[in-house]
Amino acid sequence: MKSPFSRAKHPGRPGRIVNASILRDTFERRSVLIGTVQGGIGVLLAGRMAYLAIAENEKYRLQSESNRVNLTLIPPRRGWILDRDGAPLASNRADFRVDIIPERLSDPDRTIDQLGALLALEPTRIADIKAKVAEARGFQPIEVASGLDYEQFAAISVRLPDLQGVVPQRGFSRFYPTASSVGHLIGYVGPASAEEFEKDPNPLLITPGYKIGKDGLEKQFEKELRGIPGARRVEVTASGRIIRDLETRDDVQGNPIRLTIDGPLQDYAARRIGLESGSVVVMDCRTGDLLCMASMPSFDPNSFSDGIGSVEYAMLRDDERVPLRNKVLKGLYPPGSTVKPMVAMALMQAGVDPEETVFCGGGLRVGNRVFGCWNRRGHGAVNMAKGIYQSCDVYFYAMAQRVGMEPIAAMARRCGMGQEFPLPVTSQFYGTVPDPAWKMKKWGREWQTFDTVNATIGQGYMLSNPLQLAVMAARLATGKHVMPRLTLDTKPKGFDSIDFPAEHVEYVRKAMSDVVNGPGTAGRARLPIVNTLMAGKTGTAQVVSLSISNGKSGPWKYRDHGLFIFFAPYDNPRYAGAVVIEHGGGSGAAYPIARDVMTFLFDPAKGMDALRALEAQWGGTAQQRLERRYAAYAAERGQNVSRPPRRDEEIFDRVEAEARVAARQSQAIAEQVIAPRPEANPSATPSAEFPGAGSAASQAGAAQPPAPPASAAPATPAGDAVNPRGGAQ
Amino acid sequence: MINGTLGPSTGIVPATIARQPWEMLIPVFLLTLFGGLVLYSAGGGSMEPFATSHFIRFAVFMVMAAIIAAMPRAAVQVLTYPAYILVLVMLLGVEVVGQVGGGSQRWLEIGPIRIQPSEVMKPAVVLAMARFYETLPAGMIGTWRSLVPACGLIALPMGLVLMQPDLGTSVAIAFGGVVVMFLAGLPLWWFVAAGSAAIAAAPLIYFFALHDYQRARVTTFLDPESDPLGAGYHIAQSKIAIGSGGIFGKGFNAGTQSHLEYLPEPHTDFVFATMAEEWGLMGGLFVLAMYAMILWWGTKVSRQSQDRFTALLAAGATATIFFYIAINLLMVMGMAPAKGIPLPWMSHGGSSMMTNMICIGLLMMVNRWNQNAPRRGLVA
Repeated sequence: MKSPFSRAKHPGRPGRIVNASILRDTFERRSVLIGTVQGGIGVLLAGRMAYLAIAENEKYRLQSESNRVNLTLIPPRRGWILDRDGAPLASNRADFRVDIIPERLSDPDRTIDQLGALLALEPTRIADIKAKVAEARGFQPIEVASGLDYEQFAAISVRLPDLQGVVPQRGFSRFYPTASSVGHLIGYVGPASAEEFEKDPNPLLITPGYKIGKDGLEKQFEKELRGIPGARRVEVTASGRIIRDLETRDDVQGNPIRLTIDGPLQDYAARRIGLESGSVVVMDCRTGDLLCMASMPSFDPNSFSDGIGSVEYAMLRDDERVPLRNKVLKGLYPPGSTVKPMVAMALMQAGVDPEETVFCGGGLRVGNRVFGCWNRRGHGAVNMAKGIYQSCDVYFYAMAQRVGMEPIAAMARRCGMGQEFPLPVTSQFYGTVPDPAWKMKKWGREWQTFDTVNATIGQGYMLSNPLQLAVMAARLATGKHVMPRLTLDTKPKGFDSIDFPAEHVEYVRKAMSDVVNGPGTAGRARLPIVNTLMAGKTGTAQVVSLSISNGKSGPWKYRDHGLFIFFAPYDNPRYAGAVVIEHGGGSGAAYPIARDVMTFLFDPAKGMDALRALEAQWGGTAQQRLERRYAAYAAERGQNVSRPPRRDEEIFDRVEAEARVAARQSQAIAEQVIAPRPEANPSATPSAEFPGAGSAASQAGAAQPPAPPASAAPATPAGDAVNPRGGAQ
Repeated sequence: MINGTLGPSTGIVPATIARQPWEMLIPVFLLTLFGGLVLYSAGGGSMEPFATSHFIRFAVFMVMAAIIAAMPRAAVQVLTYPAYILVLVMLLGVEVVGQVGGGSQRWLEIGPIRIQPSEVMKPAVVLAMARFYETLPAGMIGTWRSLVPACGLIALPMGLVLMQPDLGTSVAIAFGGVVVMFLAGLPLWWFVAAGSAAIAAAPLIYFFALHDYQRARVTTFLDPESDPLGAGYHIAQSKIAIGSGGIFGKGFNAGTQSHLEYLPEPHTDFVFATMAEEWGLMGGLFVLAMYAMILWWGTKVSRQSQDRFTALLAAGATATIFFYIAINLLMVMGMAPAKGIPLPWMSHGGSSMMTNMICIGLLMMVNRWNQNAPRRGLVA
């Protein structure tokens, strides 16, 4: 038979006769062709189906399972952070919460408005959420609200079919019972940022309701606190309706962290700082335990955990008292006269007889320059003890000239200044202990006489943080190389190495006790407890040149820092610590706080009474004041605040950068001779320590012997006690 | 085979029953029954809402097919053109009603019956074409007179259906018509030329003639990953259903893709995927085998026909059924663009059931004529 193709063409040729039989032929052939094509397609279909069902069966079975089964992670409950007695500083609270997942929203603005109406959210909060949704990567859940009551939760749950991308759930949220008191120490938690998810692409990080540590100990102990997520496998329809639970695995709560912090003391100290900006560190001299690391003003970590709101951020940021900075670790201050006991140790070790006297006539002439004492009328004959309790600058100028800077700098380092301690904190600034080599390296200039003078009174280039001051107090008090520790599972360290001979320690203890209990500069710091004597040393640190401010009045940021280091009981030290009040106007702002904090340690009821009286004056606890301020701020400026940085890290990088700048503030005057500030008012009565008024020293002195001129006119002594600028520079 | 065992010669079975084309009817019954089972599962393990109406429709249309099968040859030859014109008028009616009603629709409502004229048009075109080539003198094959009227017969309904707009059905109408033209002996090079022209015109049609949703279907077909949650979703889910069924399937009523609503249209377009998920490759091969038997029988009927009209009619009807099956199965297996073409005797839906049963009725009718006609030894 001829090929169908050649035959098929023939009928088309003109002139060719087509008859019925040819057509029948064509039909037969073509119907075979069509049948073949149909059969071919049938074989193709069968083959294709066999391929899908056999060769690719595995793949499609998996896909069908992943369609059918929805695995939801149950965020693990975070480990608690406990104080030394097992009381929670950070715990978890069961609550109802609502998150949204941006990529599942069809009309984000409408959904958010709807949620806002259902939950009665404030307009600023709604604006914050909208901005976050616009910025977020689609998969990152964004918290709308937590801590909802059951009615609100139910109201959203029943409307879920209309609210695509909204995830209401029961869960746990972090709770800090003492709120702002532990803000800087503990840090806070928040949803993981896109960057964090990129670094650790764990699906847990984008599970709605899961928070990671963002700052402080929460961040530092993230691994321990995290726990193991639970999982819930459910069968779901294409539209997300849950048909049934297949399997549920419970979460494993993270491990608790046991701190050395004494919760009530921490809270007390934070509240006691009051309206001031400052920090209190208390250590246990026998173990090095950090009992308290309070830094105020602070933020409320509870309100940070749903993200830092723009109003909140604006308020904290506008505050010149930098509530976002942890002043215990990142506040660097010239230690002022608080270094004198340490310098005394250095002198004794260099062979200076403590009973040798120096005559103080209000200043010391070296060459053709006069370095003034804070007491321009002079202290008369001054031995080492008097040099400490009266804080006589001339004594230390004279003795430091004799031994030189190196032994003093070495002693400062041995006491902890300029040191970084092995603590589980995100970062600590370690300040400066200047010496000739350091100055040459850093500034390219020779060490000058006035550098030694400045250093011996804790000014100039010398900078330290409150933690270092507290460690210094503990080491001076015990004579041992006490190392601070923050968690109970680390071993106390440093108690086997003796820093100072016992008799030197005895001598300094006594002199420091006299600062408070004797004829010293801090008579008002006496503890109202029988037989418990606190020893201490005042310090007032100048931050700007005298031409800008007298340090007592005028703009807050130019006022002197007030410092106080202390330990108690003086003859058998149990506790040691430091209080630093930024721009408190002098040490008079610091030691009353130290006194009350120590009172609270020995007699909590008495301590609380003192605090309550003060808080009545201030208008509530720190947390209450913070909330009130927030409300006022939101009412006044709420509508037109700018957005905070997208990432929390940026906020804290910025805070840290500013802290570094702030720490350099006092170095600007390091090339001048610092005019020592009057050391407080030894005789003041305990009723007058209302701080923040810039007149801590205004109480008329019922003068104990060498009455400092601090009393009536605080400005005068600073003004004319020293002349140095003319002659010195 | 079956015909052989139940043939008229056995004598055990009454002649009227034995005469019936059981080699086609049994596969059709089995398919319908199987389809009912799948619809029972697709209905969530219930006869309602799909399976019951599926069986009722089949019964009704079986009766209709029997009536068609009983029609005398003369009546069919007389009624062919009027029927074609009637359906054409109904298609026009759809356009008018659609225009008046504001919005496109594809059906006419006559009392309680909702009829989709474009479906009826498929067998009507085949009838009209067969009739046309029967009456065309053999000598005119290959001249313009063999082509232009036939093209007109196809183009008129195609145009009306395209206006609905329903690309798939208009292609189905054309397919039936073109197969008849091909079998009628038109010069092969005409088809080759037309095919080449169509390929050349495809880009133009794609960019200028198609609606957006039609274009989306084509794009998705060419690149299914381009839109996994949109248009490609249907095909992807269908492939998951078929592939996850494996060789023996997940078991009756145990398909998760269909029961959990991942598979779109599990009772109409994607009924084969629903079936394959639960019955696996074995179910699929069974369905394919049934279709093969039906089409084989259709082809056989056409080849046994003694004259042009019946041969072309039977071939065209078979091609129409084939078109449904092929496009639907190619689609659910991800080898053709998604298009609303149901699977004969399995999908839930009255219109396609009617079309297919009309085709079956026509085939049975031709088969009866063939049996009654004296067998011709050699072609005259």
